[in-house]
Amino acid sequence: MSVELPVLTAKDFASDQELRWCPRCGDYSILAQMKKVLPTLGIPREKFVFVSGIGCSSRFPYYMNTYGFHGIHGRAPAIASGVKISRPDLQVWVITGDGDSLSIGGNHLMHAIRRNIDLKIVLFNNQIYGLTKGQYSPTSPLGTRTKSTPFGSIDNPLFPLCVAIGSEASFAARAVDVDIKHLTMVLERAAHHSGTAFVEVYQDCNVFNSGAFSYASKKDHKDDNLIYLEHGKPLVFGKNRDKGIRVNEMSRPEIVELGSGISEDDLLFHDERAAEPSLAFLLARMRYPEFPEPVGVFRDVERPVYDQALNAQIEDSIEKNGEGDLETLFHSGETWTVE
Amino acid sequence: MPSTDVAASESTNRKRHESIDTVAIRFCGDSGDGMQLAGTQFTNVSAAFGNDVSTLPDFPAEIRAPAGSLSGVSGFQLSFSSRDIYTPGDRVDTLVAMNPAALRTNLPDLKRGGTLIVNDDAFNKSDLAKAGYDANPLDDAESLAAYDLHRVPMTRLTRDSVDGLGLSQREADRCKNFFALGLVYWLYDRDSKPTEDWVASKFSKNPSIAEANIRALKGGSNYGFSTEAFAVHYRVAPAKLPPGQYRKITGNEAIALGLVTAAKLAGQRLFYAGYPITPASDVLHELARLKHFGVRTFQAEDEIAAMSAAVGAAFAGELAVTASSGPGICLKGEAMGLGVITELPMIIVDVQRGGPSTGLPTKTEQSDLLLAMFGRNGESPVPIVAAATPADCFNMSQEALRIAVEFMTPVIFLSDGYVANGAEPWRIPDLDDLKPIKVKHPTDCDGDSDFLPYERNERLVRPWAVIGTPGMEHRIGGLEKADVTGHVDYSPANHQHMTDTRAAKVAGVADFIPEQDVEGPESGGLLVLSWGGTFGAVRTAVLSAIADGHTVAHAHLRYLNPFPRNLGDMLTRYEQVLIPELNNGQLRLLVRSQYLCDCVGLNKVQGKPFLVSEIADKINELLED
Repeated sequence: MSVELPVLTAKDFASDQELRWCPRCGDYSILAQMKKVLPTLGIPREKFVFVSGIGCSSRFPYYMNTYGFHGIHGRAPAIASGVKISRPDLQVWVITGDGDSLSIGGNHLMHAIRRNIDLKIVLFNNQIYGLTKGQYSPTSPLGTRTKSTPFGSIDNPLFPLCVAIGSEASFAARAVDVDIKHLTMVLERAAHHSGTAFVEVYQDCNVFNSGAFSYASKKDHKDDNLIYLEHGKPLVFGKNRDKGIRVNEMSRPEIVELGSGISEDDLLFHDERAAEPSLAFLLARMRYPEFPEPVGVFRDVERPVYDQALNAQIEDSIEKNGEGDLETLFHSGETWTVE
Repeated sequence: MPSTDVAASESTNRKRHESIDTVAIRFCGDSGDGMQLAGTQFTNVSAAFGNDVSTLPDFPAEIRAPAGSLSGVSGFQLSFSSRDIYTPGDRVDTLVAMNPAALRTNLPDLKRGGTLIVNDDAFNKSDLAKAGYDANPLDDAESLAAYDLHRVPMTRLTRDSVDGLGLSQREADRCKNFFALGLVYWLYDRDSKPTEDWVASKFSKNPSIAEANIRALKGGSNYGFSTEAFAVHYRVAPAKLPPGQYRKITGNEAIALGLVTAAKLAGQRLFYAGYPITPASDVLHELARLKHFGVRTFQAEDEIAAMSAAVGAAFAGELAVTASSGPGICLKGEAMGLGVITELPMIIVDVQRGGPSTGLPTKTEQSDLLLAMFGRNGESPVPIVAAATPADCFNMSQEALRIAVEFMTPVIFLSDGYVANGAEPWRIPDLDDLKPIKVKHPTDCDGDSDFLPYERNERLVRPWAVIGTPGMEHRIGGLEKADVTGHVDYSPANHQHMTDTRAAKVAGVADFIPEQDVEGPESGGLLVLSWGGTFGAVRTAVLSAIADGHTVAHAHLRYLNPFPRNLGDMLTRYEQVLIPELNNGQLRLLVRSQYLCDCVGLNKVQGKPFLVSEIADKINELLED
């Protein structure tokens, strides 16, 4: 029996709500690419659920004509876990930001990833608190001057992908908001992954932190400042594709010029399916301006999926014990009769 | 000690049987002495025999406090009776003290003339010092003259009993709780067979340990039988409980059973998220075993996640439950508010303990009532119910779920450490007698118009459309929503309207719940108004005051928000109202503010339930005035 699925388009996923992000906010692009990706997945619209926390990014569910839940600050992964455990048949997306998921909600993010619960988590990283009007965030570079740090921030930032990989992520990727084709590819890959898919998107907050990622988004810079990861391929970058990343004797990455005795074979080859996460971690720690920053899929491995395992335990238990019967349950253990 | 042939010595042993109707005993010792186990076994055997039973386990927060210390004393009190009883007893008839620290902390609760059984071998210099005794109190005839003291060399006798089984001394000594249990079994004419069977099955993989415990049990029993010291043993006949099949149940077990039952009655699936916390963890343990009932249990990373996951599961159409105790309930407050504004059904169980902060993790208190009422930001009303006894948790957890789904609202279920860990006989209900629970998930949607998530019925309740249903895609969340459409709406009039609507919806629960009943005269001198786990002590005190000819009545609240619709009227029909609570007057504050009724409080926060005598004294004091 084949069920004819209605052919959906990006339009089918647009809600009737007025978009309330600031003009030229990076969120618009992410929303547009999401609406493009969903119709390609062959999943009916009612089977998508978008769950968010608090922050500019977290308005996202209101703009999708799917099921949506706008949660509370930092708790989206926990709310979404309740959704996914209950309904493993639905595709559940979590939309969050750097403050939402790495500061107030750090614990939930870490544990959702550790459990490998089948959530697609998209973290909009703009290195700033936008909705509260411009305080530094846990991803702001050291020394960031904001209203709450007039003399510069004095605490070290976190790298979202390092947190994800350290939490045993089975899928970790990065994309840039305005790099439309690449972002679409990354979201697609995330959608097809089984288990937690963690995607960091560099997102420009043009009001409070404008240009934070211009090195990665401006056409004339990005080829020198980004490396597009491809599984099984050497790490080559540069406008002329004449530079690469090599791992030295100290197991540290270094930039090398291709030619003059160094060929692509000497470079680091990307392996998103490596058994150990150390390569992904090394890549996640490469920062501009010292290094070009990798984008694409860092890691994509198979691990047991929490919601599937939990529901399998239930099925096993029913198979073994029969479907729960109250009469039997009430009378289990020692009972006695009063005449 | 000869633990020889019982049948042979029976003919020569002429010990007197005395019949009594109610007995309270307490086993106490070091937290590693197995006192909870001994108490539980005694309870099981007595319940199975047909007595009414009521228990009070009392243990330290530390798993293993320093051996022999006062802070490490663990106790288990139980009362068993040939009639209906409501409490584990104020003072005990028999006290078993396994070491000096246990004697020191528990002796004040032994009745004058009561039986005091001590492990004489534990009264050595070092343990006496740890308990703060300069000299052995057992040698001081005068100080213990009020009691029927039995110095039993339990350590030595236990070692003798298990001799030849190849146990280490440490292993042998761990059997002495069974020796003590055996002795008390003899004293109260209990059948030790169920305990022997339990030991055999519990230690089936370690037959020599099983054998040792059974031998210790028999050794204790034979000791009572053979020694001159115990001249009398007692019989407590079975109680005349309503006919039916019974089992013993604790409050936490009853919550788990009640929730599973409610889910079955509703034809829905149960989702339970929790984070380990004393004294609520057993609810998670119980439910985690019931996977074949389709129960999804989720041990979350913290209390906030447990609450949030429950909200997510409710959005997904599950009967969502989380349980915790005070500190965890504080953390859940924000996500509970999310449940309030999204108007999703869920239950939050608060097994209360002494606070503030970490407070008294293993001790009971009723001091979260105002937290349940007001512990969220904004105008955030939720219905609140509370169980009166361990078995009542079965009923009230179903009530909580029924209210939650009928009114699309989070409901707080208040239990407490005393109710949660205490046990009583539970008459197994006939499934046909249980009230149904109705759940409706709309599925039919007019294709032309959008689904309206905040369209309300006559009781102001919105529809519970489940994610995954075609054509009903909608978005809800923590921002204020326009009524009917559910679109984000911050307009002044809408927020006023939504706030008033949420309040009116919860207030409307009063028309759905039963009226408040009263035990005793319907008007007169004094009404004692109580709630939660104080039921037993209050009921016992009021019944005895009535028996003494006083005009006293008892109303026990199971519904705390909203109050039963006839409560206000009831309060006006008595000259005085007494509200005993294990807090500093939280129900009294609510009753005073809602009904302008000036009530008298009886308040205690000592980590222990009320004694019947404390309530009785207060009743007498008020009646004398």
